Amino acid sequence: MKNHQEKIRNSLKKRHARERRFRLYGLLSVSVSILFLLLLLTDIVSKGLPAFTETRIKLDITLDPQQLGLGDHPDRDALFHANYSRLITETLKKMFPDAKTRKQRRDLKQLVSKSAAYDLRDAVLANPSLLGTTQSFWFLAKDDVDQYMKGRIDRTLPESQRRLKDYQLAWIDRLLAENRLEKRFNKTFFTASDSREPEQAGIRGAFVGSVLTLLVTLALSFPIGVLAAIYLEEFAPQNNRWVDLIEVNINNLAAVPSIVFGLLGLAVFIGFFGVPRSAPLAGGLVLTLMTLPTIIITSRAVIKAVPQSIREAALALGASKTQVAFGHVLPLALPGILTGTIIGMAQALGETAPLLLIGMVAFVADVPHGIFDPSTALPVQIFLWADSPERAFVERTSAAIIVLLTFLIAMNGLAVFMRKKYEKKW
Amino acid sequence: MTTEALPNTDPSAESAALQQARENNRAALDVTVDKTVGQPFVENPKISTRHVHVFYGDKPAIKDISLDIGRNQVLAMIGPSGCGKSTFLRCLNRMNDTIPTCRVEGDFRLDGEDIYAPGQDPVLLRSRVGMVFQKPNPFPKSIYDNVAYGVRLHGLAKNRAELDEIVEKSLRRAGLFDEVKDDLHKPGTGLSGGQQQRLCIARTIAIDPEVILMDEPTSALDPIATALIEELMIELSENYTIAIVTHSMQQAARVSNRTAYFHMGKLVEVNDTDRIFTTPQHPLTENYITGRFG
Repeated sequence: MKNHQEKIRNSLKKRHARERRFRLYGLLSVSVSILFLLLLLTDIVSKGLPAFTETRIKLDITLDPQQLGLGDHPDRDALFHANYSRLITETLKKMFPDAKTRKQRRDLKQLVSKSAAYDLRDAVLANPSLLGTTQSFWFLAKDDVDQYMKGRIDRTLPESQRRLKDYQLAWIDRLLAENRLEKRFNKTFFTASDSREPEQAGIRGAFVGSVLTLLVTLALSFPIGVLAAIYLEEFAPQNNRWVDLIEVNINNLAAVPSIVFGLLGLAVFIGFFGVPRSAPLAGGLVLTLMTLPTIIITSRAVIKAVPQSIREAALALGASKTQVAFGHVLPLALPGILTGTIIGMAQALGETAPLLLIGMVAFVADVPHGIFDPSTALPVQIFLWADSPERAFVERTSAAIIVLLTFLIAMNGLAVFMRKKYEKKW
Repeated sequence: MTTEALPNTDPSAESAALQQARENNRAALDVTVDKTVGQPFVENPKISTRHVHVFYGDKPAIKDISLDIGRNQVLAMIGPSGCGKSTFLRCLNRMNDTIPTCRVEGDFRLDGEDIYAPGQDPVLLRSRVGMVFQKPNPFPKSIYDNVAYGVRLHGLAKNRAELDEIVEKSLRRAGLFDEVKDDLHKPGTGLSGGQQQRLCIARTIAIDPEVILMDEPTSALDPIATALIEELMIELSENYTIAIVTHSMQQAARVSNRTAYFHMGKLVEVNDTDRIFTTPQHPLTENYITGRFG
């Protein structure tokens, strides 16, 4: 017996060493994943944060009706079609008379964004009494100016390698000296839709598109998924060949590459049923197919975890199977089902490939007003911007990723909160 | 060195006492059961069963049992684990219907009415034959809602006042009301084990069934809680017919009018409880109640 004790004592040393080693490995792997996560986040945040500011240029514009080509009593239509962009160009020419050549004059125009003319028009339309007066306007600067202001354009480089020529930099310096350049919070990014001009591009359209798509997905996949799970767990005959076949197929569907669902959506929903292309409805339908297996599988697991004793208690009191399923099992399983649903929704939110195939990759400059309007989605917008060569789109890409991640974190946070709040003990 | 430390595995060196014990066990079990002895049938039974066979898949769990349960009597079913007593009990309110592999054969009658007849609704049957389980299983709802559940389910109360009355009456009869009257809206799962089981009994009697089945209702409880439940059973037997499965022979002796002894899926002996425990007729029964095995 003494011998055994000694052996156990000796082996104990080895066992403890093994445990320490295992803990070390675990700590190491956790650290590595945290490191990568931090790298990713710092990269995205450092690239994306500048996108939340924009540069504005102050111009003093004399709203001369003659220069706008307007008569004495212009009607609304005339005001709408007046040539505001010429007015801005003329103002700039007056401010910078050193712009002599055709090219320089064109570059001069490029200081302010094309949206300036529309802003001016809107201001005049809102208040026609401005005509004939001189007003200061803060116009959106062109993306190159904006990038310079954010320190993304290096003056020390030779002129041929810069986006801005020496004379353009001189203009900017003068504007700076006159306090006519200012960096502000980028509201445009949250209120505008996609645009070819980076300084005018925003995520509102993509965000609304994503929300609409997710609403369609939720409205379809939650009831279908939960009812399917309840039927399979509570009502379907056990050990039945058909039920087994369905189970295998659901598990397979969960592993099917999402692009295949996109093709299916293209062929069936758009091709056969005539759902409008690029619409959140089509996107929602395709994402429903993708989310359903996740919801069914998690819901079944949660329903299975409801203790049999609760079902028996209700049955023994004379409850029918349906009353047991909806009165006892579902309420107890609901927190888990909601968690699974939100996780499925979060997956759907980040899904890009199937949306490319059903046309949600199109350039859409409008905010969709309903599930039948053409639209994009957040991840597709990221994909589109990542493809654009302009520097300003690079930071917008990262900014859109930040918005998407925030949305995801909020959804997952909601899942955790719901589980904690509604979890019941028995 | 090492062999010395290990327990002796040589059969020839087994101690005489161990050998004797093994021999006794073998002898105690080495009896065939051909026919139920005693008195399985009574006059005017509440429940009568004839030639019951139950199978789980292909495996028989109950072989040819015929047994009556007398009106307003307590029938105790005893026997070693796996002898089929719980299975038999669950046949009486068709709870076995919920087990997909389970197949029940034979004739079951409640007041002469076939409970496995094609037109018979198990939901209606279970409102007449209530059940209390081994592990207390209150719903994760308030104490009040636990008791009110069945009443609401079957629409037995016309209004809130009537429901309140039924809940209070049921809790009183289960001997729980004084303990919980201030906490009626606290969760039933927060009660102690014994209180939970009495809550389950209150829930069962709230819908006023005719028969109450109890599947080892006190096996998860301490002796004080057990004593309370046993008192309750005796009280309830004035108005209800009760069938109880128990592992405790003392409990069977204390609460039941008749006792049935099950062995390996067969009904060995049924008789008045006094006679079973004083003069068992079958050797297996005798061996079991004298503690030779089980």
